[in-house]
Amino acid sequence: MALAASASPPRRPAAPLDVEAVRRDFPILSTRVNGKPLVYLDNAATGQRPLAVIEAVRRSMAEQNANVHRGVHTLSEQATLAYDAVREDARAFLNAPAGHEVIFVRGTTEGINLVAQSYGRTTLRPGDEILLTTMEHHSNIVPWQIVAGQTGAVVRAIPITDAGEVDLDAYRSLLGPRTKIVGVVHISNALGTINPVAEMTRLAHEAGAVVVVDGAQAAPHTAVDVQALGCDFYACSGHKMFGPTGVGLLWGRTELLDAMPPWQGGGDMIHTVSFTGTTFAPLPAKFEAGTPAIAEVIGLGAAIRYLRGIGFDAIGAWEHALLERATALVSAVPGVRLVGTARQKAGVLSFTLAGVHPHDLGTILDADGVAIRAGHHCAQPVMDRFGVHATARASFAFYNTFDEIDALVRGLHRAREVFA
Amino acid sequence: MSRDLNELYQSVILDHNKTPRNFHELPPPASHADGHNPLCGDRLTVWVDVEDDTVKDVAFLGNGCAISKASASLMTAAVKGKSRADAMALADEFQKLVTGKLEGAAERKALGKLQALAGVSEYPVRVKCASLAWHTLKAALAGAPAEPITTE
Ligand SMILES: Cc1ncc(COP(=O)(O)O)c(C=O)c1O
Repeated sequence: MALAASASPPRRPAAPLDVEAVRRDFPILSTRVNGKPLVYLDNAATGQRPLAVIEAVRRSMAEQNANVHRGVHTLSEQATLAYDAVREDARAFLNAPAGHEVIFVRGTTEGINLVAQSYGRTTLRPGDEILLTTMEHHSNIVPWQIVAGQTGAVVRAIPITDAGEVDLDAYRSLLGPRTKIVGVVHISNALGTINPVAEMTRLAHEAGAVVVVDGAQAAPHTAVDVQALGCDFYACSGHKMFGPTGVGLLWGRTELLDAMPPWQGGGDMIHTVSFTGTTFAPLPAKFEAGTPAIAEVIGLGAAIRYLRGIGFDAIGAWEHALLERATALVSAVPGVRLVGTARQKAGVLSFTLAGVHPHDLGTILDADGVAIRAGHHCAQPVMDRFGVHATARASFAFYNTFDEIDALVRGLHRAREVFA
Repeated sequence: MSRDLNELYQSVILDHNKTPRNFHELPPPASHADGHNPLCGDRLTVWVDVEDDTVKDVAFLGNGCAISKASASLMTAAVKGKSRADAMALADEFQKLVTGKLEGAAERKALGKLQALAGVSEYPVRVKCASLAWHTLKAALAGAPAEPITTE
């Protein structure tokens, strides 16, 4: 994978990744499915959890469980310390300038909805334009349609090319004085495309728009650097980063977050409350109403530290090798059409197989323990763009092996035989 | 749980997937309904031509997996010539078959060729693929609603 393609300076050569050692960190990878060793190639849907995460969640529940930011007792103090410490892990992970700019949310979906409802709802005026690439996940489309309906703003789609890349010329001509928000997925879950976020952000800023980046697929596979990207908001999901479900990160610029109203009210997000008026807590608490997902945040911290331990240089090099091999072998299977052939691609292989519907392919592969995704991948505009109803998608993580790609390819041949 | 691919993808199913029967539109006055499985994007339209309370003709068009296509194709063959009430009753029996709730051997046998889809009951996430055509048929028989029928 060409990591963080344009943004990062050349890195030192990747340390080789000991995939067998890494696999031992993930208990689920040694389980069997339908009597066969699990071959997990659905990482874009959710990642698996290493022991470090499982143990952190267990310890939080078994030994440290208390509410945070509330009690004076020892347990609450310990839970609060462990919880608050993750903010710094997350800040460093995104290379954010300040910890208070990192808000714990439920996931990418909630992060984008927060921006739409707090920033978008208060700043958008009738006729303002929100530009979204055609390859956005529904979670970076629907929140904008909702806020457009509330404010009279208009959502417009940025076209993509046959290879699945943003059409930058079309993007330039769509940008204008009415453009207020640009939404772009850092890495497409349906196509694997790594988008030129830094370049797109620069152009958006010239037009005076803010940029919201969906980092759901980038955070698990690349070294994210929000300062190098230059964007204004960045959202990602813990469960795709090998952490727990129910937790994610939203990063935003201090000046924007400070000016934004809270979007949910409740405990923890206030300064003082009386029936004549309430003052809100400073960042990040202003956006974190109610008891948070304590164990999940702590688990996410463990996931971030685990990823840091392996390093994105090693992860990127290995996943790139996996993608290259899979691309070569899968596209050599008669009847395969790849959907998404961008020059800068992450470890996502979307394809169709002539005569075999993706769902049937999914079922046939599953019989051999091979887990892939079949469907529209919550990106129906992408399916429409490529004239397909669904695709099969194999998506890789650093714990996948060449043998597993061979198992996928054997399954494709088997499917062709069944449907011959 | 015994999950045998050969049980699911029987030759009858593969055949109906490859060459679906009654795979075309019906002209008015036949009524039709649209079915949609939002989870996987499968879409199909079922036409029924009912005369004197009898399903004189039935046809479908659409795209979907082998299970949904074969199910629709087998359905058209099964309900042609049946009374409206019998067709509705068959839809209910079929639903029991694919959810593994059809007890007696006699009841199973009464389903004839539709039994080929019994294997679906071992694959809970695929049940909707098999039942989409039947839900849509029921809507067409009842007089099509404006909104597509969904499996959700
Ligand atoms: C590109 C992309 N954006 C957003 C999401 C939504 O993430 P979540 O469901 O964790 O909020 C996903 C998950 O499928 C995704 O792949």
